Amino acid sequence: MLAYLMKRLFWSIPMLIAVSIVAFIIIQLPPGDYATAYVAELRHQGDTVDPLMEQEIRVHFGLDQPIYVQYWWWISGIVLHGDFGQSLDYNMPVSNLIWTRLGLTLAISISSLLLTWLIAIPIGVYSATRQYSVLDYVFTVFGFIGRGFPEFLTALVLMWLAYSWLNMDVGGLMSPGMEQQPWSFAKAIDVASHIWVPLVVLATAGTAGLIRVVRANMLDELNKPYVETAYAQGLSERRVVWGYPVRVALNPFISTIGWALPSLISGDVITAVVLNLPTTGPLLLRALKNQDMYLAGSFILILSVFTIIGTLISDILLALSDPRVRRG
Amino acid sequence: MTEDTPLVEITDLGVEFRLREGVVRAVDGVSLHVRKGEVLGIVGESGSGKSISVRSIMQLLPKTAVLSRGSVLFRPPGGGEIDIAKLDRKGRDIRSLRGRHIGMIFQEPMTALSPVHTIGHQVMTPIRLHLGLAKKAARDRARELLQLVQMPRPDQMLDAYPHELSGGMRQRAMIAIALACNPSLLIADEPTTALDVTTEAQILDLLKSLQERLGMAIIFITHNFGVVADIADRIAVMYMGRVVESGPVDDIFESPQHPYTRALMASVPRLGAERRRRLTTIPGMVPDPFELPRGCSFHTRCSEMVEGVCDRLDAPLIDLSGGRNVRCHLHSQNQTGGPNAG
Repeated sequence: MLAYLMKRLFWSIPMLIAVSIVAFIIIQLPPGDYATAYVAELRHQGDTVDPLMEQEIRVHFGLDQPIYVQYWWWISGIVLHGDFGQSLDYNMPVSNLIWTRLGLTLAISISSLLLTWLIAIPIGVYSATRQYSVLDYVFTVFGFIGRGFPEFLTALVLMWLAYSWLNMDVGGLMSPGMEQQPWSFAKAIDVASHIWVPLVVLATAGTAGLIRVVRANMLDELNKPYVETAYAQGLSERRVVWGYPVRVALNPFISTIGWALPSLISGDVITAVVLNLPTTGPLLLRALKNQDMYLAGSFILILSVFTIIGTLISDILLALSDPRVRRG
Repeated sequence: MTEDTPLVEITDLGVEFRLREGVVRAVDGVSLHVRKGEVLGIVGESGSGKSISVRSIMQLLPKTAVLSRGSVLFRPPGGGEIDIAKLDRKGRDIRSLRGRHIGMIFQEPMTALSPVHTIGHQVMTPIRLHLGLAKKAARDRARELLQLVQMPRPDQMLDAYPHELSGGMRQRAMIAIALACNPSLLIADEPTTALDVTTEAQILDLLKSLQERLGMAIIFITHNFGVVADIADRIAVMYMGRVVESGPVDDIFESPQHPYTRALMASVPRLGAERRRRLTTIPGMVPDPFELPRGCSFHTRCSEMVEGVCDRLDAPLIDLSGGRNVRCHLHSQNQTGGPNAG
């Protein structure tokens, strides 16, 4: 197990290097650079811009250097000083921008993921063990609707309902006055009263899909002979179902936890924009539009790191839960 | 309880599958009994109802199956008599019998063991459940059981997972699970069908020696006459949900009375001579279970069919001397017995 872990950890290093290079190349690919975008923005606002100024900005930020030099500045800063560079657009260090939002994003995403599992796994197991019962059909209908309904639309409907029926202002993560205040009990309450909308929105779509997958996996497993063996030993239905087929049916999920982690951060952009959430999604969107290369690059790098960490976590969890992986 | 009081007595058992396409009578009036310490072999083709009949003893039927009539009397060693057919299939009563007084081994050792639990854990499960032993005592008992089934390196195997074992070793583990609580009845549903010939012989030898040592009764299901010849005391032959012939193993081998038994025996090679082969010598097909033929269900394939009798009248069950039964019109001239078959 330890050897397996060390091997996996070792292989993540070249992976990370490759990913950082690809990430940097991708954000350099669109024509022009931040200087072009900035000047275009000024012109758009009606300013007259000295053509020399564009060149000055370019030199000032080092954008005139060859790409490998820029890459080296960027990556050596991250590795040696933990400095992700300067956001050209916001004119502040990238780390200041990212870390506060990342915390909130992780909080929302992880709680919505847990909520999703908490609801979906018992329902999926129930649906499979009571296949074609009335409740199974009810959950199936809910599942297809939840899966087919776009998240941002759910968000809009919920916001409208909360606003017109409950008289609540649910946009954002906290009331406008609270943002600048230090954390306190009142602020926590305020966040709690706002956070349920994104949680419900994110969990609805996730739950709907997950129920179907859990149900399908369980139906496969319930017909396997080892389930009959467990019954033949005199175990109760509850102990058989949760102790045997559920454990096997959940393995495919465990192996996809890794994908959940990056999609937690980059996904749900539209929902986050609609709900005006101070999460990472909208920030990444804006950085890409403005060619704010260090911000966008750092984002993509962090996402990749999360993917690699997530895959590693799910591999470890899968190895722990399935002996065929651990000792195969 | 005298020696002759059966341990299990199935009387006029009926099991139906109520499907959208119609009702299938998978088991239609089966009567069987097994005495203490006796080995009963049940022989029949796939779909003859042998697995379903025997699963009724544990109430381990598929969800769509309904136990529609008959009784399954079981007499546990402590005394008393339970009609299993009347028990709730999820209830506490049947669960206290499963794995405790009745053990079962299955056809596919590859898939019949949980892939995510160690062999030790799986052997310990019934021990802890029924005997209430603590973890350590249960583990010691599991080790003894693995030694009993002649598992190589039992100490190591306690912590091994099924995928690390060969087919024969998995079936040994399966047997250890079934025998964990010293059951008085062991049900073996084609336990050697999925194994290769040499392993099959080893497992059969093991079952025989375990039976002599522990003295439990065994119901051994197979489609292969060669397999039961060696191990069974009595044989019941099933066709289309009915017992068509039953009696002591030697008598049946010596003089099979039912045309189906004769055809089956002619078509099955001897143990070890060749691996299982399809029955090619019985003409025709097994009838459509939704539209059973009138009269004797075997008349469509029977070489000795009597026109006007076999295709019209249900064949009666006839008691022959020496504890033998046959369900066939050919024997009805000298009919003596009632429906108490065994």
